[in-house]
Amino acid sequence: MHFKARAGKALADRKLQSVLKRFGGGFVEKRAAARAELGVALFEELRDAGAVIRDRALATLDVWLLRFEQEAQRRGATVLWAHDGAEVRRLVLDICRRHGLKKAIKSKSMLSEEADLNEALADTGVTPVETDLGEYIIQLAGEAPSHIIAPAIHKDREQVSDLFAEHHRRARLTDIEQMTREARLMLREHFLSADLGISGGNFLLAETGSVAIVTNEGNGRMVTTLPKVHVAITGIEKVIPTLEDFAALMRLLPRSATGQAISNYVSLLTGPRDEGDLDGPEHMYFILVDNGRSNLVGSDLQEMLRCIRCGACMNHCPVYQTVGGHAYGWVYPGPMGSVLTPAYVGLENALDLPQAATLCGACHVACPVKIPLPELLRKLREKQVQAKLRPRGERAALRMWGFMALRPWLYAPLTRIGARMLKLMGGRRGRISRLPLGGGGWTLGRDMPAPEGRTFRELYAKRGGGASE
Amino acid sequence: MKRRVGLFVTCLVDLFRPSIGFAALKLLEAAGCEVLVPATQTCCGQPGWNSGERASARALAEKVIAEFEACDHLVAPSGSCAGMIRTHYKDLFPGEGAWLARVEALAAKTYELTDFLVRVAGLESVPGDYRGTITYHDSCAGLRELGVKQQPRQLLAKMPGVTLKEMKDCEVCCGFGGTFSVKFGDISAAIADAKCEHVAACGADAVVLGDLGCMLNIEGRLRRRGDDRTQVLHVAEVLAGKP
Repeated sequence: MHFKARAGKALADRKLQSVLKRFGGGFVEKRAAARAELGVALFEELRDAGAVIRDRALATLDVWLLRFEQEAQRRGATVLWAHDGAEVRRLVLDICRRHGLKKAIKSKSMLSEEADLNEALADTGVTPVETDLGEYIIQLAGEAPSHIIAPAIHKDREQVSDLFAEHHRRARLTDIEQMTREARLMLREHFLSADLGISGGNFLLAETGSVAIVTNEGNGRMVTTLPKVHVAITGIEKVIPTLEDFAALMRLLPRSATGQAISNYVSLLTGPRDEGDLDGPEHMYFILVDNGRSNLVGSDLQEMLRCIRCGACMNHCPVYQTVGGHAYGWVYPGPMGSVLTPAYVGLENALDLPQAATLCGACHVACPVKIPLPELLRKLREKQVQAKLRPRGERAALRMWGFMALRPWLYAPLTRIGARMLKLMGGRRGRISRLPLGGGGWTLGRDMPAPEGRTFRELYAKRGGGASE
Repeated sequence: MKRRVGLFVTCLVDLFRPSIGFAALKLLEAAGCEVLVPATQTCCGQPGWNSGERASARALAEKVIAEFEACDHLVAPSGSCAGMIRTHYKDLFPGEGAWLARVEALAAKTYELTDFLVRVAGLESVPGDYRGTITYHDSCAGLRELGVKQQPRQLLAKMPGVTLKEMKDCEVCCGFGGTFSVKFGDISAAIADAKCEHVAACGADAVVLGDLGCMLNIEGRLRRRGDDRTQVLHVAEVLAGKP
């Protein structure tokens, strides 16, 4: 993944930078307000509880998955298992063929992004229409989501006006309420004419065989109840044992994501329509996807599977807020993406991501289930070193530093020389505009302040402070 | 009986700003401590640790432990180095009982400077006489690993000439991140730029902080932006005043 190149593009993209600056802090402020309103002490207790609940589910994941399957089947749903994206595509296309389905509407599913499902559906002539407003917008733009909760967060009103004007063939609107109404109008058509509804799933409840869908727009309900077939696609790590677990996690999820005490719609879907039901799909399918998740179970990255997909980590990440989500190159951006991408697509295919972090810890502090993201990123860096994936020059430089630092008899004279040299390079102004060798990355956008010119060690020795043993 | 404090100078202070080392020394002595400076000290091992070079980090940790464990405390003018020793050293010796005991013992008595001065030494007054408006940047490791937040502010509040004005996003990372600053220099500088905007917006004469990495980064970006006015000061030098 060429994160560096994409990040460079993002930094030079003035429109994107303007959008990030204007809107980047919104979710952070809202989460802080929701946390304060609930009470900081209680919120922190909930985070502890959230981690425990998720760990408990992951500790015996197979048990809960089988229980889920049992309960879901009992209520008339079909449970399918997909090893990877290719199998997801195959299973969905099978379902389309079996039921003669022609048109799909979708509410947000990141798993469907992992599986490149939309393309596969379009290729067979089953048009998938995204109905989540943000997903709808980027579908019009032909882009991927840049945030797991707000897929079109990189777009501003002007850009959306342009997209609507172009695709809706109506007068260009600029008022947000009017634009939303127009989108609803467009989407209504699709809701009523689709025979397949594809959704994701925030949680799978083993106790009842239900899928929980947490949304702010009504599209989630339309997609999962109007068409005759509903397919819910989500990852196997989403299973939680009980409704009580769900209630606890629901106190954390909306607050952490958007600063809401609860989202506008919370839906628990349990089986297809029963005899006598006025609505609901005739057929309900679950596609439970592995795609690398089972590899993480029992590994030193297992904590990443606690993730409840709130987006708080990327909201708080200084790197994400500077380059935006597209720079990350795959489905999941920000800190969680920097762990999941190498984990799911291969360490060697995502070398930059674990490196492109300051390890500031803001993500860890914000994570509702206390995933130790900086430590996971550091672990991935260690794995890269062990797999000999780091550039030789970088390893040599770090080893040289370690070699020097272990030998004070060498370290002292070298740093004395270094301090003098850098001071000289700093000249009268006391700063260096271009550092040589590996230091060039620093001085691209900054000066390097010159050192004082002598080391503490030599000055302290001169003062008569010497041995301290 | 005076507290015997081992001053962990840090590699960046040693190389770039020895005056900060002397400021720390002055403050510790003002707090009634006997300050020792183990002569063979070099680096805490964090660059290797963060980069995944475990062996190198471990070797340096062993060295630091041997150099400082005889002191009553290890104090560093850096949240990042103190954090490395206090929270991460134990991860370098998984399952090794003997080493872990020594690590735990050292970690328990390792402090960032302002944290030590407030919570352990109870420093009553500070020698510095800075006059002006300052804003404080909360370095990430100090804040999130060690809980350093109120301590520097409490100490700065003892200075009648200092007016503290909090800036927007004072707890947001400055973009240094160790080797990140050279590996992803463009992103790093952009993050630093956002920090500089907040410093400028709050109108302070100086931005004060507790870590050299942040210091060099913020100062470097301020100057590249054409700001030669705003001072960038380590909290130790503000509190200690003239040498």
